[in-house]
Amino acid sequence: MTKSAYRNNLFLTGVVLVLLFFLQFVLPDYHVLMGTRMMVLAVFALGFNALLGYVGLLSLGHAMFFAAGLYGAGLTVYHFGWSLPAAFGFAVLASALLALVIGAVVLRTIRVSFMIVTLMFAQVAYLMVLYFAEWTNGQEGLSLPLSARAVHLFGATLDLSSAITRYNLAFGLLALCLMLLFAYLASARGRVATAIRDNEGRTEMLGFNVFAGKLEMFVLSGAMSGAAGAAYALLFGYIGSTFASFQYSIEALLFTLLGGAGTLLGPLLGVLLMVAMIDKLSELTSAYLLVIGVVLIVVILWFPKGILGTIRERWAPWLL
Amino acid sequence: MHRDSKTFLALSRRNILKTAGGAAALLASPAILRPGFAQSGTIKLGAPIHRTGIGASYGRWYERTATAAVKVVNEMGGINGRQVELIVEDDGTDPKRGTEVIEKFASQYKVDAVFGHLFSNVVAAAAPRAGELKMPYFICSEASLLGAGKLNRYTFQPGITDVRSQVTSMAPWIGDTLGKKVTMIYPDYNFGHDHRDFFTAAIKAQGGEVVGKIAVPPTETSFTRYFPQIPPSTEVIYHVMVGPAVLTFVKELGDYLGSQRPEIFGFIDSLEGVDFATPQLGFLEGSYFWEAYPRYAQANQSEFDKFFREKVGVDANGASVKDGKDISTYSHMFSIWETLFVMKQAMELSNYKGEAQKKDLVTAMESISTLAESREHPQGAKLFNGKTHQVFGSQNISKVEGGKLKVVHRTSIEDGLYDTDADYTKMAL
Repeated sequence: MTKSAYRNNLFLTGVVLVLLFFLQFVLPDYHVLMGTRMMVLAVFALGFNALLGYVGLLSLGHAMFFAAGLYGAGLTVYHFGWSLPAAFGFAVLASALLALVIGAVVLRTIRVSFMIVTLMFAQVAYLMVLYFAEWTNGQEGLSLPLSARAVHLFGATLDLSSAITRYNLAFGLLALCLMLLFAYLASARGRVATAIRDNEGRTEMLGFNVFAGKLEMFVLSGAMSGAAGAAYALLFGYIGSTFASFQYSIEALLFTLLGGAGTLLGPLLGVLLMVAMIDKLSELTSAYLLVIGVVLIVVILWFPKGILGTIRERWAPWLL
Repeated sequence: MHRDSKTFLALSRRNILKTAGGAAALLASPAILRPGFAQSGTIKLGAPIHRTGIGASYGRWYERTATAAVKVVNEMGGINGRQVELIVEDDGTDPKRGTEVIEKFASQYKVDAVFGHLFSNVVAAAAPRAGELKMPYFICSEASLLGAGKLNRYTFQPGITDVRSQVTSMAPWIGDTLGKKVTMIYPDYNFGHDHRDFFTAAIKAQGGEVVGKIAVPPTETSFTRYFPQIPPSTEVIYHVMVGPAVLTFVKELGDYLGSQRPEIFGFIDSLEGVDFATPQLGFLEGSYFWEAYPRYAQANQSEFDKFFREKVGVDANGASVKDGKDISTYSHMFSIWETLFVMKQAMELSNYKGEAQKKDLVTAMESISTLAESREHPQGAKLFNGKTHQVFGSQNISKVEGGKLKVVHRTSIEDGLYDTDADYTKMAL
């Protein structure tokens, strides 16, 4: 990346983050809540995009990692009464470890096989959530106790039932993940990842360990998705099997395709548009998913590389 | 591949303008502006309805019933002189979306109360958020969560009895009339587990036993492989299924059992919204069903039932008056009607004028104890327990005769009462 491209991307990311931060002061209550949810889901989409956009691996099972974080955090709080920061840390580690183990297996496959194997693993995870209903309460899920609605950190207490607290925590997580990805992609390791995406054979010929590069990104992607799941559980106080279902893997894919796979801010834009569309269209018609399907087809036809992907192609080639 | 501005995927300024125009038109639609248009001086009630998802067949009729009830209330002069405004949102029968909708009602529409949630998995997820948001939340779910002390001070179930009460009141009749060795087939989530646990205890108290427990995952679409698990010693098959595959379930059960069948006792949930005249359901002739509220108008039909059917648009067979094949979820949907009238009663008791009085509304609800059979409560008289926030009423056991359901036994309210330590009045408001 050239210095000017680096500077432009850093500036754009910074402006977006500043805007997101100040939105909490102008948005009405409900939109603050929606914004919080969107930012958490954007972290999930960022994790998904890290794999699809920068290494070119299309996973159909990322709900598994989201759910690993969700249940990793939620169950430790619910059953063992862990503090929220400990539960969050554990959930991210557990998701990363799960991604390491699953990645070591699924990365031996490519293209359609990779999609099918990730989908199958995710189905196993979903059915496990239902099977161990004594712990997870199956489909009905669990609501975290009132004692888990506050974070005690360095002598301060954060009330998670406060919309503004939640917004800022979600914002902090999103900012952290964006900066982490930015730093990673701007580094030599990031260039190896994109080289794998663009020409795997040539990258291998140049002496890079392609498998290790893919696995590294798979773990980063799984950990990020898990962090989103953990944040969702702790901020909103509910864990349920819906989050482990196939639909959730597809949602991450749609967020990313809409915003632009392989663009840093694309997943965030995709989440903003998609969640807002679902919310508003559901007021109009019960066939809102049908309408969203049509909108997606139209968007894919007009913006085949997603919104930011198309903008990069036509006007801003420096976009990361 | 070289692409220029003439390719069909190219973005011309005109296309961009069209896209932006379309998006702007969508964003300016009444749906976006609806909260801003909400009328002032009205009582705003949010109804999260299962318009889509596994509960859609119920949701359709719950919405019609709620709309009819609101119309009746407004014709009666509203509540405390204010007209009632009903705001409906689809929750997809999804716990996650159900919770989001509660938040939307609280923070965007700023409703006075929320009512109508049915599926227990959605209720279990949404109730804690309602409590956290201090939003009076009236459920119609039959879930035994309130009596178990699992919910909160802001959650009430004043329109329909819970599963525990239902099975407790009917077990003696089942044991005495049908048999004491029972095999249960139920959905494998908490609603089904409530049936399993409470009925097992109730039939045991009658000297009977559950000889087989067959849990079916809620997403199942074919059931034949489960039926061989029915033990040969079974005297009564007890079934309760929900969701879009219920008809398949009952048909496959009939195919499996053939002519030599044990007694069958089903919860109407297994055939709610389904026409009894459907081919292949003939084997149900002579079997029994639980009904909270009899689908077919009975010989001793009350004037209140006539009124309810007329207002909701349901004929004597439980079908829509506009389409005889559109079968209602009659045995359950009365609960959203009755719930609205209990809310009205509590709002009048507390002279409720606006959201600043939500706490008064909660305490007024807790002071209610008896609900007389009336147009407001057409299913029958009820007792409301202000401590557990749960209502108790009569149950009906109906027999299939000539393709219709005829009530053969009606329990008393007292049959369904049970002891519990739950007391929400001790929770902070």
